[in-house]
Amino acid sequence: MVDATPRAPILEMVGITKTFPGVKALSDVTLTVRRGDVHAIVGENGAGKSTLMKVLSGVHPHGSYDGTIRYNGQDVAFGSIRDSEHAGIVIIHQELALIPELSIAENIFLGNEETRRGAIDWVKTNNKARELLARVGLREDPETPIKNIGVGKQQLVEIAKALSKDVQLLILDEPTAALNEEDSQHLLDLIRGLRERGITSIMISHKLNEIEAIADAITIIRDGRTVETLDIREGAVDEDRIIRGMVGRSLESRFPDHTPDIGETMFEISGWTVAHPQVPERLVAKQSEFFVRRGEIVGFAGLMGSGRTELMRSIFGHSYGTWLGGTMTLNGKRVDLRSVPAAIDAGIGYVTEDRKVLGLNLLDDVKTTTVSAKLKKIARNLVIDRRAEHTAAEDYRQALRTKTPSVDYGVAKLSGGNQQKVVLAKWLFTDPDLLILDEPTRGIDVGAKYEIYGIIQRLANQGKGVIVVSSELPELLGLSDRIYTISEGRITGVLDKNEADQESLMRLMTQTSSSGSIPAPTPEDVA
Amino acid sequence: MNKLKEIFGGDIRQFGMIFALVFLLVFFEVATGGLVLDPGNVINIFQGNSYILVMAIGMVLVIIAGHIDLSVGSVAAFAGIVVAIAMRDWGIPWWAGILLGLVIGALVGAWQGFWVAVVGIPAFIVTLAGMLIFRGANQYVGKSLTIPVPEQFQMIGAGYLPEVGPRTGYNNLTLLIGIALCAAIVFGALRNRRNQRKIGADVESGTVLGIRLALICAAILAVILTMASGRRGTSLPISALILGALVLLYGFLSTRTIIGRHIYAVGGNRHAAELSGVRSKRVNFLVMMNMSVLAALAGMMFVARSNASGPFDGVGWELDAIAAVFIGGAAVTGGVGTVVGAVIGGLVMAVLNNGLQLLGVGADWTQIIKGLVLLAAVAFDVYNKSQGRRSITGLLMQNFGRRSTEETTEKVGQES
Repeated sequence: MVDATPRAPILEMVGITKTFPGVKALSDVTLTVRRGDVHAIVGENGAGKSTLMKVLSGVHPHGSYDGTIRYNGQDVAFGSIRDSEHAGIVIIHQELALIPELSIAENIFLGNEETRRGAIDWVKTNNKARELLARVGLREDPETPIKNIGVGKQQLVEIAKALSKDVQLLILDEPTAALNEEDSQHLLDLIRGLRERGITSIMISHKLNEIEAIADAITIIRDGRTVETLDIREGAVDEDRIIRGMVGRSLESRFPDHTPDIGETMFEISGWTVAHPQVPERLVAKQSEFFVRRGEIVGFAGLMGSGRTELMRSIFGHSYGTWLGGTMTLNGKRVDLRSVPAAIDAGIGYVTEDRKVLGLNLLDDVKTTTVSAKLKKIARNLVIDRRAEHTAAEDYRQALRTKTPSVDYGVAKLSGGNQQKVVLAKWLFTDPDLLILDEPTRGIDVGAKYEIYGIIQRLANQGKGVIVVSSELPELLGLSDRIYTISEGRITGVLDKNEADQESLMRLMTQTSSSGSIPAPTPEDVA
Repeated sequence: MNKLKEIFGGDIRQFGMIFALVFLLVFFEVATGGLVLDPGNVINIFQGNSYILVMAIGMVLVIIAGHIDLSVGSVAAFAGIVVAIAMRDWGIPWWAGILLGLVIGALVGAWQGFWVAVVGIPAFIVTLAGMLIFRGANQYVGKSLTIPVPEQFQMIGAGYLPEVGPRTGYNNLTLLIGIALCAAIVFGALRNRRNQRKIGADVESGTVLGIRLALICAAILAVILTMASGRRGTSLPISALILGALVLLYGFLSTRTIIGRHIYAVGGNRHAAELSGVRSKRVNFLVMMNMSVLAALAGMMFVARSNASGPFDGVGWELDAIAAVFIGGAAVTGGVGTVVGAVIGGLVMAVLNNGLQLLGVGADWTQIIKGLVLLAAVAFDVYNKSQGRRSITGLLMQNFGRRSTEETTEKVGQES
């Protein structure tokens, strides 16, 4: 409107239709990205965002889809990812494509090595790598192996790698999904910096607050169709507006209503100390102490590497690290659960943080997964009763409203939200008294999140104890009745629902031993 | 016409592996002018390959759990020589010899299981070492000599069901076993169908089921009748009987019991299995130990068939067993495979071997052709997976005998 000289689009995708056998993944999608913008693409899981990016980057080659792609004013037909990279389009996938054993420099130039007469020129490689690292604000030695730097820095190395290819259009698929707040912030700053240097970015993300903070335009995709493109400069767009577009309805609230009914203490640990499995002198849990009451949802906030997952897994049958000491009380009885089967039998369940790596056997179907943590329940004399198995799986499918054609359907083919429901079903099937959920909604779309929150609250209503570990503070604040904070393996504080906010949590989460710590409150302090 | 196609459609896919076997049989039957399906030859195929198929049963479990066992040939030879010496020099009876062989298998298996499961050394290395150790042990114990075994012991490798009852022109016991097997299959299928209906699962049409059962029973009866009509004194070999019993036992064990589920779980995703309460060390120990027990049994069956135990028994067996498993649809990465598939894979190799031999093809070309068949079978599987279709040999064998209610179209274009 006011902008008299609208910048020319760098990319126009028109009428993109992509069909897989039996499924129309994209139908008539239109995407226009202005040069120099940060353009966000949002949509629920399965909406078609990644497919669209694969069409753009040549993973799905020209000819396998209908529609046209105009890039820099010309029609393009990419036959492979090499073609699109040649044209300056680089995609950074959610699962980083770095090789842990190789150095930063080797990774940056992998497939694109700096050579002199056929041999790798290490001086040139490392010098150029250092330059590129400086551009993304990293001061690591380029010869450091990738496995020795954190996931946040790895993400920056990926961007450095993209820069080495003279990128004009950078596609980032969920770039901050695995990052903590600090690293995420740093990454967003870097994307802003790239924008100033004229590099256009397309960013797929579930984190609406980040999108709000950084995007110049937002395209919403739902069920393989473009719903709308919102231009930020024409007026501010709030999260509710985006959610409405994504789910096609307005979510009154992002958390279901819930009135807690909290009973007596049912689980408690004290003096819990655990060492790292490979480095015995490194303690991942130091004299940890906390309790959970019946009907209570207890949140755990901590940055990546703070020891929250390590603590939970150590509680779950010592399945992580070397247990050095501490006591555990479950339902008023002192217990010593030194194996996962013992923990499950005692009534503890643990929903792992990484669904695909730790939570699921992707070769299994819905019904075998549902019963897999307590086969005894459907077996007689070690022989599985397939009728009981089918019935149980069907019951949970209905109760959790899992979207699957049948319980014989492979879990690998379900969407993230439905996979997570199957994992939840697997743990609900074990009848746990205490259910620990580690990042229960990571990588799940808004609608499914809402349903999973409801499931968690129903569990609490049944008088069970629930622990939720999450990186998303709004989620913890919306869901928990009480929130513990962890930093460097120590519990640094506990806040009641009504006294906690993002700032107070973040202060406790970033409290390090050198920054003057306060002792963790005892149960009496808050009870 | 369409209706007919519909009826057969699902079944042709399900029985793809069996059709390959039937194709080979028909091809060689024509090419050799009827030699392949001669009763004597059918009996010979079973007798000459049962020990490999017995090992394939153990091997498929090892491979499902994500390991491999290279030592089976050496372990078989070691057990064979010890049993042969024990019977000749110590004079123990044949049945005690068999028990001794199984105990040796269990001890060897415990040794290998210890290194794999407890110490955590990859099975490839442990069993490569075992291949050398037990080959050497065989030659040390037997002083590299060939040692004969008593006649009663030879039954498990070279024996037949006895002739009993009236003279029908067939071997009566063989016929009875065939009929009992068919009855059991029909009964099982009907019961399964009833159960599925009760829990409201999709039930296939009666016609389809009927035709399939008729085909299975016809195949079984054809094999049984062929074997029963052989030269008097020959019939269903004892070794095939042992194989059949093991297929039923391990088929049940792998698909219907908790330990079976745990084997698939450990192979599919070990971390997820452990965090679901599966004791993966115990599972790994058991599959490795079980493999050596079956290898020892196979070794004894072979010794019994060749009347003596020698220093070069079992050379190269591991490769035959592993090939059978992969032709039968198992995945190198673990978590996928079936007992029935492995045995059918082994039969494909056996028929190929036998047919080429009857055609007078030399050992050189036989090996080349077998190698190409193995490559083609796995390549076909990989191709199907890359096309987003389910792996036909692999996953369909997993639902063997039971109609899969699963959709074949893959939901694609998922995010994250």
